Amino acid sequence: MTQEQTSSRVPFTSVTAIAVPIAQANVDTDQIIPARFLSLPRDEMAPHLFRDLRYNDNGTPKPEFVLNRPEYAKAEIVVAGRNFACGSSREMAVTVLQDYGIKSVIAPSYGDIFFNNCFQNGVLPIMLPEARVNQLLRFLLELPGASITVDLPTQTVLGPDGQSDRFEIDSFRKDCMLRGVDEIAMTLGYEADIAAFEQRSITARI
Amino acid sequence: MAGSAQPRTMFEKIWANHIVVDRPDGYTLLYVDRHLIHDGSYFAFQRLKSRNIKLRRPDLSFGTPDHYMPTDTRRKEDITNPNSRRMVTSLAIHGAETGVTVFDIGDRRNGIVHVVGPEQGITLPGITLVCGDSHTSTHGAFGCLAFGIGSSEVTHVMATQCLWQKKPKTMRITVDGHLGKGITGKDVILAIIAKIGAAGGTGYVLEYAGSAIRGLSMEGRMTLCNMSIEGGGRAGMIAPDDATYQFVAGRPYAPKGAEWDAALARWQALPTEDGAVFDREVTLNGPDIAPMVTFGTSPEDAVAVDGVVPDPAAATDVVKREGLTRALQYMGLRPGTPIGDISVDRVFIGSCTNSRIEDIRAAAAIAKGRKAVVPSWIVPGSGIIKEQAEAEGLDRIFKDAGFEWREAGCSMCLGMNGEIGRPEERIASTSNRNFVGRQGKGVRTHLVSPAMAAAAAVTGRFTDVRRLLD
Repeated sequence: MTQEQTSSRVPFTSVTAIAVPIAQANVDTDQIIPARFLSLPRDEMAPHLFRDLRYNDNGTPKPEFVLNRPEYAKAEIVVAGRNFACGSSREMAVTVLQDYGIKSVIAPSYGDIFFNNCFQNGVLPIMLPEARVNQLLRFLLELPGASITVDLPTQTVLGPDGQSDRFEIDSFRKDCMLRGVDEIAMTLGYEADIAAFEQRSITARI
Repeated sequence: MAGSAQPRTMFEKIWANHIVVDRPDGYTLLYVDRHLIHDGSYFAFQRLKSRNIKLRRPDLSFGTPDHYMPTDTRRKEDITNPNSRRMVTSLAIHGAETGVTVFDIGDRRNGIVHVVGPEQGITLPGITLVCGDSHTSTHGAFGCLAFGIGSSEVTHVMATQCLWQKKPKTMRITVDGHLGKGITGKDVILAIIAKIGAAGGTGYVLEYAGSAIRGLSMEGRMTLCNMSIEGGGRAGMIAPDDATYQFVAGRPYAPKGAEWDAALARWQALPTEDGAVFDREVTLNGPDIAPMVTFGTSPEDAVAVDGVVPDPAAATDVVKREGLTRALQYMGLRPGTPIGDISVDRVFIGSCTNSRIEDIRAAAAIAKGRKAVVPSWIVPGSGIIKEQAEAEGLDRIFKDAGFEWREAGCSMCLGMNGEIGRPEERIASTSNRNFVGRQGKGVRTHLVSPAMAAAAAVTGRFTDVRRLLD
């Protein structure tokens, strides 16, 4: 199958951008996008990212929340504490971040389903050791508006302190991100294998 | 050959049985035997339609609207939010268009997707099962590989009946010994998560083993596997045994006759073999487990009912300390407060974790002859469970005790259908997540077993259910 047939997303190569620190562990998907907004069309959902952390009851912004501080407003990278986006499978947790402009997330660990959902949408989730993430969080809080460079081909994160860290990514995921591969189109290319499996498997028959 | 091969875990056997393609880069195209669908799958159907792709195996796909339907009515036209109404009404329409069986609102088989699958015999040992919902891990109670996926992967399964997966690691959690009186699957899983942490299982498939697990009913096992995701696990599973086979036998979509005999023989070969190696082993002592109550905003924040709210200052890890401080502030609790001194404003008994017949019986046993002193809801997991409970007279017990007996659905577990609490309201809930705002903005959720929730309903505070038994 050719690349033209399987490419649908914008490929991810490299991003240099302001990074916003979410310095908490276990930020769950209910906080990223509360359930009460999930039936909204995607464009109407976008403003509700981090709704209850970000806004008061009357809709006015909470000045202390990082995304309401002007230095971070144009962030395209999120740096967060461990077990980021744990909880529900709602893929909107990725798409509301993406619609805000976030292209990559850096954390020590993630909710498993969110991690997979990121790749489905071309958002790059990066795992770095907790000590390094905590260092980055401190830098970003002390120097609001500082930038980070995420480079997928070389698998490196360049921090505002000039330190470069290598991150691991499966070659399958890396290739799909770099080429903007649409997994459905790619899998449909394996039709003969799927049909053969269905012939030989007992559990695939009801 | 026999005896010379490396002993395998149940997970490894099921995985091997579902490989369509193994790529040299370590990714596997894994076949999906059963795909469960709910009203939240609306966007996936839309995406499939917009790409003009056919749903590959409607015969392996089953739907039931559960998240968005209010539980005080069975009329879709009563749904006031037009977006929610569209999600619920579209499922039957999408089902008719694609050939997927839908247990729609009004059908007695309708209910929470993770209750309906096992109840209908759709969930079987040895299969792979996915659903666009994180609590799909529930189905692993039958000895199958079941996990939640996002909406893009739901579309992928609709189109291809497969998923790209990297083989996860395995963790065995062994709980031996007898569980004490009044101790349920809910208490066991809260104790496990308190031990391993909310991210302790990340990257692993969990297998629960040991005599305490074997002693659980299928309902208890489903509760246990349901919350595997709250411990970070991709899936949770328990080897099938006679309790499993008895539960499955005769269910509408389960194999029958000669097919049953053949299936049973396959299922009996599934359990993990002696000497099989897990990437991680964890053990708990069953008799040590007490009724559990969460005090914070992560399921790992669980203590025994006779314990106290811990002091964040005692946490050695700075991230944990800050998290606990924030959690106690949100929950309106002070360190050192005995759990038994915490009063509740409301009780919710339901959700894919605890809405099955055994859960309802356990709550009824506590409610019988007593009076709820706070607003308390019972939301059965399916129309069939509701009927069964009514046939046993349990609805009468609840109504006499002042509980509200409602229709099936996800309801207050996440309030997507509009059923939420008020800010600062303190809820004893049998659901699975005590996250900030989960049951409504500012709501303070404490996770407990159904019997503990009923005990809280009749006493107005967290009460050791063991004192109310017999």
